Amino acid sequence: MNNKYIWILVAFALLVVLLGYGLTLNPREIPSPFIGKAAPEFSLPQLGKEATFAPADLQGKVWLLNVWASWCPSCRVEHPVLVDLAKRDVLPIVGLNYKEVRGDGALDSSKIAPEEEKQLATERAQKWLTQHGDPYALSVLDLDGRVGIDYGVYGAPETFLIDKAGVIRFKQIGPITPEALETTLLPLIAELNQ
Amino acid sequence: MNALRPLTLCLALFACSLASADEARPLAADPLTEQRLLAITSELRCLVCQNETIAASNADLANDLREQIRGMIQAGKNDDEIIDFLVMRYGDYVLYRPPVKTITLFLWGGPLLFFIMGIFGLRHYLVRRNRQITASDALSDADKRLAEALLAGDDAPTAPHPSKTPQS
Repeated sequence: MNNKYIWILVAFALLVVLLGYGLTLNPREIPSPFIGKAAPEFSLPQLGKEATFAPADLQGKVWLLNVWASWCPSCRVEHPVLVDLAKRDVLPIVGLNYKEVRGDGALDSSKIAPEEEKQLATERAQKWLTQHGDPYALSVLDLDGRVGIDYGVYGAPETFLIDKAGVIRFKQIGPITPEALETTLLPLIAELNQ
Repeated sequence: MNALRPLTLCLALFACSLASADEARPLAADPLTEQRLLAITSELRCLVCQNETIAASNADLANDLREQIRGMIQAGKNDDEIIDFLVMRYGDYVLYRPPVKTITLFLWGGPLLFFIMGIFGLRHYLVRRNRQITASDALSDADKRLAEALLAGDDAPTAPHPSKTPQS
C-alpha cells in the first residue's frame, strides 16, 4: 500500500519538474525556421538615398540585419548596444526600418498618401537616428512590412546574423542585451569571420 | 400610384444595397475569397497575440498577414501553398494542428498511449478486485457447516456465526 503512494508522489514530482521547466521558457521566443537557410532576397530603397539595397550586395561579408522602427520602445532599449557594436567595427549592420509609419499606432496611416508616407518615414527615421546615434552602415525602408513578413518578423526588434554565403546563422528575438552580445553574438561573428 | 409601388420599393432596396456594398467593400468584394481567407486563417495562430487565430486577431501583423493571404488567394494559390508560405516564415508554430514529426510524436501518440495505459490499469484493477471478491466470498468451514445444516432442514445452531455479518 505504501509503495503505491510513493509512486503517486514520484509521478507528481515529475509533473512539477516538467511544468516548472515550462515556466522558465519564454513563449515569445518562437524558434525561427530560417536558421541555416538563405536570407530571403529583397530590394528596398535606402533611407535618405535614391539607391536600393539587396542582401546580395553584401555577399562575401558577415553582416547583421537589424529590424527597427522609431515607434518601437524595445528598439530604443537595444540601440546603445548596436551603437557600441558599430564602434567595434567587426561587421556592417544593416537596419531594416519596419513599417515606420504604418506600425505606429498613434498615426492613422489610412489618411496618409503613399508618396507622403515615404517622406514621413524618412523624416521620422532620420530624426531618430540623429537623436540616438546611427550604428547602421545603411538602413532600408520596409514601409508595408512585406519584407518583414518574408523574414518571419513578428515584432521589432529582431536581428539576423548572416554569413558570407548569405545564410542566416542566428536570430535574436527582442533586443540584443549586452550579455547576448558578449556571450553569443560576438563569438559567433568572430567564428564566421575567420 | 399603386402600380408604382413595387418600383419604388425596388429602387429603395437597390439604394440600400448600394449603400451597404459601398461600406463593406474590402470584405464583400469577393465573398468566396473572404470565405477561404477565413477558413485558412482560422487554422493559423497569430504570432503576436499567441492564443488567437490570425482570423480573430486584431494585431497589426495579423492584419498584414490577412492582407497577404487575400492577395495570394486572388493570385490563385491553393491552401497548401499559402500554409507552406507561412510555415516557411514562422515555423510550425503558426499551425494549430502541428504536423506529425519525431518531435511531435508524443503529442500525437500521447492520447493513444494514455488510453492503452488506462486499459491495462483497468484490467489490473478488475483482476485484483475479482480475486479479492472470490477470496472474501469463500465460505469458511463453520459457514459451510451452517449452510449444510440449513439445507438439511435442521434447526440452525443457536447463535449465528459472528464472522459473517451482512456488512462484510
